[in-house]
Amino acid sequence: MMDLVIRFLVGGAVVSVFAMLGDVLRPKSFAGLFSAAPSIALATVTLTIHKEGKVYAAHDAASMLLGAVAFIFYAAAASFVLRRCRMSALAAASVLMPVWLGVALGLWAIFGGRG
Amino acid sequence: MIEVRLSAVKGTRPHEYLIRFLFGGSATVLAGLLAQRFGPGIGGLFLAFPAIFPATATLLEAHEKKRKQRMGCDGTVRGRMAASIDAAGAALGSIGLCTFAAVLWRQLPGHNAALVIAGAAVVWTLVSCAGWEVRKNRMFGLRRPRRTGAGG
Repeated sequence: MMDLVIRFLVGGAVVSVFAMLGDVLRPKSFAGLFSAAPSIALATVTLTIHKEGKVYAAHDAASMLLGAVAFIFYAAAASFVLRRCRMSALAAASVLMPVWLGVALGLWAIFGGRG
Repeated sequence: MIEVRLSAVKGTRPHEYLIRFLFGGSATVLAGLLAQRFGPGIGGLFLAFPAIFPATATLLEAHEKKRKQRMGCDGTVRGRMAASIDAAGAALGSIGLCTFAAVLWRQLPGHNAALVIAGAAVVWTLVSCAGWEVRKNRMFGLRRPRRTGAGG
């Protein structure tokens, strides 16, 4: 339980710091880079190494690579939808979440066993 | 030109910071729980979960809309465009995220963990910034003012 509380606090803090960086930086396209900052990974990897070891964390990172490829599709789709469709940012970000999940799981099904 | 506008921090309300904190904390816990339940394969995918993007894009859209409304305009389209530009930046940042993960994956087992994590963060920054620079030059390179050659 304590592990989850620490994860929550560290994750929340790291994500907030990157989000704040995104707030203060201009132009917006540059600030957008921080929406894809490795915030969750930075919060998690140290805890994982401490608990499970470096090899386990490296396996985590191999899967993270597939999740990051899915993020490219998700963000590109969100940019396109927001530009072309009359959809709010929250609606577009939520409706497209299955795109991230589908691509990530699809890539994992194809490449998951090879890391 | 990249600028730092510290005044933007004042424009964000306390509850907006709280929402981001909750989003980030929950996504990190979710990644941990999934790794415990399904192993590092599925859990690792969620290390690249778009945790900040929905909250950031929504807040950015709301702020842009409000700013335009103060100027007497509707601001809806402007807000959406701002969120779209943010998403395009996130797509570039996620290319950097791929390299971050690749560095951890290949280097972590055989090297000092702190150095590898720091190195991966540097690689993310360099690749993301380089991607942004290339995109900016491709988009705006043609609009640079031409030399007229008046001076012979």
